[in-house]
Amino acid sequence: MLSFDVSLLLAGPYHEMLLAGLRLSLTLLAITLPLALALGTLVALLGLAPLAWLRGLALVFVESQRNVPLLAHLLFWYFGAPELLPEAAKEWLYGQSFEAIAAVIALSLYAGAYMAEDLRSGIRAVPRGQLEAARALGLGFLAAMRRVVLPQALRHSLPPLISQTLNLWKDTSIATVIGVGELMYQAAKVESASFRSVEAFSFATLAYLTVSLLITGLAAWVQRAYPPRAA
Amino acid sequence: MGFLEMIDTYWLYFLVGQYPDGPLGGLALTLLLATLGLLLALPLGLVLGLARICPWRWLRWPVTGFVFVVRGTPLLMVVFWAYFFLPSVTGHKTGQFSTMLIALVIFDAAYLAEIVRAGLQALPRGQMEAARALGLSYLGALRSVLLPQGLRHMLPSLVNQFAATIKETSLGYIIGLAEISFIATQVNTLVFTLPTQIYLLLGATYFVLCFGLTRLAYRLERRLAQRLHTP
Repeated sequence: MLSFDVSLLLAGPYHEMLLAGLRLSLTLLAITLPLALALGTLVALLGLAPLAWLRGLALVFVESQRNVPLLAHLLFWYFGAPELLPEAAKEWLYGQSFEAIAAVIALSLYAGAYMAEDLRSGIRAVPRGQLEAARALGLGFLAAMRRVVLPQALRHSLPPLISQTLNLWKDTSIATVIGVGELMYQAAKVESASFRSVEAFSFATLAYLTVSLLITGLAAWVQRAYPPRAA
Repeated sequence: MGFLEMIDTYWLYFLVGQYPDGPLGGLALTLLLATLGLLLALPLGLVLGLARICPWRWLRWPVTGFVFVVRGTPLLMVVFWAYFFLPSVTGHKTGQFSTMLIALVIFDAAYLAEIVRAGLQALPRGQMEAARALGLSYLGALRSVLLPQGLRHMLPSLVNQFAATIKETSLGYIIGLAEISFIATQVNTLVFTLPTQIYLLLGATYFVLCFGLTRLAYRLERRLAQRLHTP
C-alpha cells in the first residue's frame, strides 16, 4: 500500500484540477440556488392560488420533479430535450458547453420543487387572519403576500430551505454523469490519471464535508437568530 | 424506428436486462437493489439511531460523528469510496451490485438512524421513566415499551425512505451497473433516434413507483394522525 502523499494535493497539476472542480461545484451552487428559490416561490404561490387549474399545475410540477431521480432528469435534459429543438439550435447548444447548462436547468427545477413545498407549508403556517386583515386594510393579494404573509412565512421556511440548500450542494455531484467538470468528476479524473485514489477522494470528501458543515452551521445560527414568531 | 416498435423490441430488456441469458438488470434490478438496500439498512439504522440517543458517551459521540459525516457527503462519494476500496479490504474484486448495495446500506442507515431517533424522541419522556420505575432495565424498556410505539410513528417515513432508495439506485449507472437508467441509455445508443421518448419513459417509470409510494406514506400518516386524535 502506498503512503498518503499530501504534496500531490498542495501543488501541481492534480491540485489545480481538484481546485477547478471545487470552484465549478461552488459556481453551480451559486447559480442554481437563487434560480431554485425564485422558482420555488413562484410554484408555492401557484400552489395556493384560488384557481384549481393553477394549483393543479403546481402539483404536477412538484410531484413530477420529486418522484424521479435527479440522474434521470439530467439524462433527459442533456440527451432528450435538445432533440425537440431545430437542427441549427441543437448544433449551437452543443457548441456552448451544454452539459453545464443542462445541469443548471435540471438542478434548479429539482431543488425548486423541494423548496416550493417548504415555502408552501411555511405560508400555510401563517394564520389566515393575517392575509384577511391585510386585504381588509386595502392591500392587493400580491402586496399582502409580499409585505405581510411572506416575511412571516420565511421564518418558518428558513430551516427546511437551508437543509434543501445542503441537498442541492450534495446533488451537484451527480452532474458528473453528463460530464460537467465539477469536483466529483475531477476527483475521478485525478484518480484514474495518478492511481492516487485515497488522496483524490479524501480531498473531495473533505471539501464536500466542509461546505456541508458551513451550511449546517448557518442553519443552527438562523434557527436561533430568527425563530418563528407566534402570530 | 418508431416509439411503439422500440417498446415492442426492448420492453423485456427494460424490465429484466439480459436475464435469463445474462445477469439480471433493468427495472427488476432497480427494485431488487432498493429492497435489499433498505432491508439491510434497517437493522443497522436502528442500532445507529439507538446509539445516537443512548446514555453512554463513548458510543454516542462516535456514532453521532459517523451520521454527520455520511449526511454531509454526497451518496456518489460513498459509492466511489466503496468502488475503489472494497477490493483492497476484501482482497478480491467486488462486483458493481455489491458495491452499490454496500454504499446504499451505509448511506441509508445514517438517514434511518435519524428517523429512528426522531421517532423515539417524539414519545413522551414519561414512557421511559415509567418503564424504568416499573423495574425494567434501559434496554428492556426500549425493547418492550419505546420501540413498539416509536416504530409505528416511523412507518410513513420508512415508506418515503423506500421511494428515496429507489431514486438513489439510479447512481448505479455511474459505476456501470445495469439498472434501469443504464439500460435506458443502452437502448438509446442502440435506437439512436428516440432520446426524448426513451428518457421520458425512464422518468415515467420512476414516477409511477415513487409517486405510488409517497402517496401510500401520506395516507399512512393521515391514518396515524386520526388514530392519535380519536380517544
